[in-house]
Amino acid sequence: MTKLDSKIPKGPLAEKWTNYKAKQNLVNPANKRKVDVIVVGTGLAGGAAAASLGELGFNVKVFCIQDSPRRAHSIAAQGGINAAKNYPNDGDSVYRLFYDTVKGGDYRAREANVYRLAEVSNNIIDQCVAQGVPFAREYGGLLDNRSFGGALVSRTFYARGQTGQQLLLGAYSALSKEVNKGSVEMYTRREMMDVVLVDGRARGIIVRNLVTGELERHGAHAVVLATGGYGNVFFLSTNAMTSNGSAAWKAYKKGAYFGNPCFVQIHPTCIPVHGDYQSKLTLMSESLRNDGRIWVPKKKEDAERIQAGTLKPTEIAEEDRDYYLERRYPAFGNLVPRDVASRAAKERCDEGHGVGSTGLAVYLDFKDAIERLGKHVIEARYGNLFQMYEKIVDENPYETPMMIYPAIHYSMGGIWVDYELQTTIPGLFAGGEANFSDHGANRLGASALMQGLSDGYFVLPYTLQNYLADQINVPHFETDGEAFDAVENEVQGTIDKLFAVNGKQTVDSFHKRLGLIMWDHVGMARNKEGLEKAIKDIITLRKEFWTDVKVPGEKTGMNVELEKALRLADYLELGELMARDALDRNESCGGHFREEYRTEEGEAMRDDENFTYVSAWEYMGEDTPAKLHKEPLIYENIEVKQRNYKTA
Amino acid sequence: MNINLTLKIWRQANQDAPGKFVDYPVENISTEASFLEMMDILNEELVAKGEEPVAFDHDCREGICGMCSLFINGRPHGPDDSITTCQLHMRKFKDGETIVIEPWRAKPFPVIKDLMVDRTAFDEIIQAGGYVNINTGGVPDANAIPIRKENADLAMDAASCIGCGACVAACKNASAMLFVSAKVSQFTLLPQGKVEAHERVENMVAKMDELGFGNCTNTYACEAECPKDISITNIARMNREFLCAKVS
Ligand SMILES: Cc1cc2nc3c(=O)[nH]c(=O)nc-3n(C[C@H](O)[C@H](O)[C@H](O)COP(=O)(O)OP(=O)(O)OC[C@H]3O[C@@H](n4cnc5c(N)ncnc54)[C@H](O)[C@@H]3O)c2cc1C
Ligand code: FES
Repeated sequence: MTKLDSKIPKGPLAEKWTNYKAKQNLVNPANKRKVDVIVVGTGLAGGAAAASLGELGFNVKVFCIQDSPRRAHSIAAQGGINAAKNYPNDGDSVYRLFYDTVKGGDYRAREANVYRLAEVSNNIIDQCVAQGVPFAREYGGLLDNRSFGGALVSRTFYARGQTGQQLLLGAYSALSKEVNKGSVEMYTRREMMDVVLVDGRARGIIVRNLVTGELERHGAHAVVLATGGYGNVFFLSTNAMTSNGSAAWKAYKKGAYFGNPCFVQIHPTCIPVHGDYQSKLTLMSESLRNDGRIWVPKKKEDAERIQAGTLKPTEIAEEDRDYYLERRYPAFGNLVPRDVASRAAKERCDEGHGVGSTGLAVYLDFKDAIERLGKHVIEARYGNLFQMYEKIVDENPYETPMMIYPAIHYSMGGIWVDYELQTTIPGLFAGGEANFSDHGANRLGASALMQGLSDGYFVLPYTLQNYLADQINVPHFETDGEAFDAVENEVQGTIDKLFAVNGKQTVDSFHKRLGLIMWDHVGMARNKEGLEKAIKDIITLRKEFWTDVKVPGEKTGMNVELEKALRLADYLELGELMARDALDRNESCGGHFREEYRTEEGEAMRDDENFTYVSAWEYMGEDTPAKLHKEPLIYENIEVKQRNYKTA
Repeated sequence: MNINLTLKIWRQANQDAPGKFVDYPVENISTEASFLEMMDILNEELVAKGEEPVAFDHDCREGICGMCSLFINGRPHGPDDSITTCQLHMRKFKDGETIVIEPWRAKPFPVIKDLMVDRTAFDEIIQAGGYVNINTGGVPDANAIPIRKENADLAMDAASCIGCGACVAACKNASAMLFVSAKVSQFTLLPQGKVEAHERVENMVAKMDELGFGNCTNTYACEAECPKDISITNIARMNREFLCAKVS
């Protein structure tokens, strides 16, 4: 059985990465051509990794679901990317970024990984500027910064409200350059169906060509999964429609451990749910909390009248508004971390102070900022977000406060990886949101883009070489062997089985039901009873799915319903593991809030003595419960404390 | 408010099959729903009846990935200005209306199925030169080269292109000038991109021509239909660059 070895290099924290690079194995330039690497995913992590590996001289094959690598879900990130440049001279440093990230993650992340992330954050900004990423600038021509939650400094670089788009287009341009040079081969509209292991090492993948429906085999010396997060297990989330957990789940079932599956992030500022036909939720960037103030009516009667549509928010006097974040957390105010802000919104709504027709919304108000700075400044900062809001809700946020409510947004959990970003399957690596590595139990805003690009540009291109150094004499992989036959048959078997069900209910109807179970019991507030119920309900739903789902159309050719069914089949298993993980963790930390474990003031109560570990789950077979391994988290450089956002 | 509609949708089994319009009535659609949610509702009904749902591209549903691509009542991305199909809401339509829904129609974008088209031609144009030729690592500090805010802002305007292809679909010549010029402009406006400006514009324009995109005859339809308001001044900037490249 694989032993959990995080492979954290020895030595002082600040020297670990430098020492690792100095001593690691490298592949000489002439030998790189002999080595093939598969990268699944073209988001920030996959796109950056594939481009950088191609530049180094490896033969890279890269895959994505969309029709172009430029459309990966990273494109949707709005607010910004963190780095410890300290350009504003406000006291930032690598250590402070590291510290904020570990603290923001509620002391459930690995020190060494986070430190490396903070260390390379500055290189990312340099790299992106050199690529021609048009970050926001000040009149003097230098780069501008803004603040994000959980930090007391301004360290977030941004390109209007389209930072993810610009960073991804940067990575995409680097990738396109390598495609042109012939070092990277691009496969679009392909979905990885499974990993192929030969003699215990990852040696290839089976993909489905989404246009023809054919299964294809691809072999390589190493495989990188950069397939993004699994937030869509909740059906409604801010993730793109094809975002999925399947690649990670398939890796798990082939032997890669799954880390902290229950750690998902609920983002406080999303447009509230409005109808049962809704397909996804829209995020309103966290950057809005720089200038917007969050409030609900102080008096329940006012909230009720607003819900009934007989009172407008603009009619409520200043003294009748409860700026509850500023009240509860004076030091950080509206910029508390996401988990704290989300729970506080839920608490107010549960107490009957919510607004909107459902009572499940709070206000995000720009009135004061507009008075202070002028409408044109607010427009320059957030114009496209305001426009997006108006198109969806049909209300003008310059005139009436926005309505927001928390929604599922990000998965901190993911495939377990060591310091080298290698999974428990040798030769299988995971980067970006797909791995569990850097954000502990809660990710700070603007840190996912940082992690994706750090993994892709600056970590994987090094650590992969350490693995590949002794692989140079292994010939290019033939894909007609038994191992590939077996996995392809398995995949074909699942597809055949889905069609054979020929039931009555649609894929989405099952997905919505799964989403409700997850949201009610494995969402913002969890408890033992609810989690146990969720596990039972998911198992029942899964059985029903496999006896009554309807997948129309053919196996060949484009079949969107089949794609959705395959992804949902995996979610129906992953959801159960998330609930089991949440049930195991008898504490509250970050995004994981167990109602049984809270302080008198209602804040999350960690149990450091018993739960300072990463849960790494091992797949044990269809009918055997997954096995929990614990990777202890050791803090040598940070004092583990109760998170405090009330005083600085 | 809820409305009833007739959808006239282009159905085509695959690239080689002939296509045709098929009428679908949909009822009780909330005007608060988005256009693609309305399509979801139709598809759920079709699947429940055992019929094949209508295939269409979409992903982010936030107007940023550029995946959605419908030609609605004769306009790319439908009757609202400055948005993508996924941002279009049913409040823009009237009870009883017939809505005609087609794929992008342009030779370089062949239909894959129903309303889905193949836009890899755009990727090929970018691969021909839409980048700064640097590798990872070894670059100067991000603040080493100050950039005029005005230029950075103009570069950002151009870089906002989402590569959806509405400009090509809107153009009677299926020209990709707006798309190509947006990328060329972004780099022309920044010192990092200046170094290879000439090769870039030549290579990208040559690729565009090779892939069968048509000429620009200044009808401005592209600008009018661009969901991101990319300006045709970019085309003028690219033409200038192209001329400079030719004479140098
Ligand atoms: C609306 C929104 C706003 C955000 N804003 C911010 C922000 O301001 N700052 C910040 O730091 N973070 C933000 N985030 C989070 C951040 O965008 C993501 O965490 C990050 O971009 C993930 O990048 P990635 O490369 O890991 O994966 P993704 O960008 O999700 O890419 C996944 C890739 O994998 C491919 N793929 C997936 N499965 C398969 C398969 N089976 N076979 C083949 N290919 C597959 C996909 O096609 C895609 O190319 C935001 C997220 C959302 C949803
Ligand atoms: S679905 Fe992404 S732009 Fe419309």
